[in-house]
Amino acid sequence: MSLFHTIETGMRSLLGHRLRSVLTTLGILFGVAAVISTVGIGQASSDSVTARITSLGTNLLTISPGSTFSGGVFGGSGSGNSLTMADVTGLQDRQNAPDIEAVAPVSQGRLSLISASGNWNTTVSGSTAGWLLTNTRTLDSGSFINAHDVATRTQVIVLGSTTASNLGVGIGDLVRVRQIPFEVIGVLASSGSQGFGNQDDLAVVPISTAQDQLFGGAGTVQRILLSATSPRTIGSAYLEANQLLLQTHHITDPSQADFTITTQTQVLSTAQAVTQTLTILLASVAAISLLVGGIGVMNIMLVSVTERTSEIGLRKALGATPGDLFRQFVIEAGTLTAVGGLLGVALGLAAGYVVPRAANIAVTITPLPVVVAVSVAVVVGLIFGVYPALRAARLAPIDALRAQ
Amino acid sequence: MAGVEAAAPVQVASGMDLIHLESVNKVYGTGDAVVLALQNFSLTVSVGESLAVMGPSGSGKSTLMNILGCLDTPSSGSYWFAGEDVSRLNETELAHVRNRRIGFVFQQFQLLPKLSAWRNVELPLLYRNVADRRRLALRALEQVGLANRIDHRPNQLSGGQQQRVAIARALVTDPDLILADEPTGNLDTASSRDVLAVLRDLNEQGRTIIIITHDPEVAPVANRTVHMRDGRLVEELAA
Repeated sequence: MSLFHTIETGMRSLLGHRLRSVLTTLGILFGVAAVISTVGIGQASSDSVTARITSLGTNLLTISPGSTFSGGVFGGSGSGNSLTMADVTGLQDRQNAPDIEAVAPVSQGRLSLISASGNWNTTVSGSTAGWLLTNTRTLDSGSFINAHDVATRTQVIVLGSTTASNLGVGIGDLVRVRQIPFEVIGVLASSGSQGFGNQDDLAVVPISTAQDQLFGGAGTVQRILLSATSPRTIGSAYLEANQLLLQTHHITDPSQADFTITTQTQVLSTAQAVTQTLTILLASVAAISLLVGGIGVMNIMLVSVTERTSEIGLRKALGATPGDLFRQFVIEAGTLTAVGGLLGVALGLAAGYVVPRAANIAVTITPLPVVVAVSVAVVVGLIFGVYPALRAARLAPIDALRAQ
Repeated sequence: MAGVEAAAPVQVASGMDLIHLESVNKVYGTGDAVVLALQNFSLTVSVGESLAVMGPSGSGKSTLMNILGCLDTPSSGSYWFAGEDVSRLNETELAHVRNRRIGFVFQQFQLLPKLSAWRNVELPLLYRNVADRRRLALRALEQVGLANRIDHRPNQLSGGQQQRVAIARALVTDPDLILADEPTGNLDTASSRDVLAVLRDLNEQGRTIIIITHDPEVAPVANRTVHMRDGRLVEELAA
């Protein structure tokens, strides 16, 4: 039988059972749509994490304290207070650390800022002049904290653009933090990031002032940010910082170091690994629904073979070869899944359009998952169609004819 | 339909043997449940003959019909159809023999309910990629006197008309043999007469016909009748 007639016969039989065909198709449709939209959501969140991290600059190094050890209990990494302002000064020495361009200590906490027109909770960081460069930020107006401010513990504050507008303040206005008045001396230019972890909602004060009046812990800092002179010198900057800190902390065995230095690349790869795992998890659930859809196709094809036993017998008597019948049933199964797959793509793309607008969840649809989902759907349909088709092809014509 | 043309069909001519069964046995089941449906069965049918095979149920008529129709193969013995040994053919080859050389008429008509009369008649032609299918189907329907029913669905036709559509379907491929299994089993007397008349006409035009039946009314249509019992030929009567 020619392929055209095989397809025609298959279509006729599918159209003969419209409701059943539509319901079978739905299983595949939702499976494909689920794969496309979940991978799209995963892709979008991965993109935004990557963008956020790379916006900090790829030549950034972060030094965190090592873990504490008291009374036989290890605290988590970063819980110690082994980093001091002396370390910061040491790292600023261009002689010993020629590849380190800027250094900024950071001690931060979430505090309430009160202005004349309102109040606002945000992350307040105590730092030094190096903060701007290490965070690759620029000022929109005013000036940043300078060495004099740090030395004399001035009560000045620099605000992110979102923070400034939410508090309704500008240069020269006063903002109270823990009842202490700070004068706004600068507002940062917007970083363009939005949503969770907004880089425009923050405040920076001199580290000395922060240690004295906001957080306590004189002399120790939570983290030290370093920027290498260029992305190429990250490696040597890393080695210089490591060497200097081991020296000043009097540690001879590098494995006993009471600090950890991480690069942005490491942070980026960790974050990407996390989002990738999430994406795979989501896609697996979606893939299982696709598989269930495929089993639905097989189920219906088996019903169809059983129901049409006498028709199969007749066709065999009239000269249909096992190959003819095999092809006819595989084509029917393949058509059900292909149609389901294509409609699934349409639904997936529609979801990619509607979800970001309705639920503020970013969805990035790339061609790969679309192609993969449809191919998988068709392959699933063919695989699950093969068994029923073989059953049809192998039916003995006499037995098939007798089944009335 | 690749590979079909490999064995050039033997042209059959009047007087030569169309069918030759030689010591055919057909065994169903294994062990204690073995049933010998055909025992050492031999039969020869010449081109242009019309043969009625009679016998009570369980006599092996259906088994004979399946083997004659290439729907099943003998357990042992040989079956020559138009000079070709078809007892050793595989399923695909048997399908080609059925498609090209044999037209079936069943007791239950076996029409596809969703297809019109001419679409039903066209079916066997679809399995051999013939162009001009509609014309051939209409001609076959005309031969059985249903030229005015071509677009009717089976449920819009009487039993006798349905069986005549089935005969047209058996006829459309211009087969060497028409094999009818209880063709009147589901018909009233008047319809039976119509259907038998059509079959007799076809035989008179030179077509070989084998009718399997238990109805004594049917046998006189054939010019030769054989009787079966317990898988054996018991007597042969010339009409």
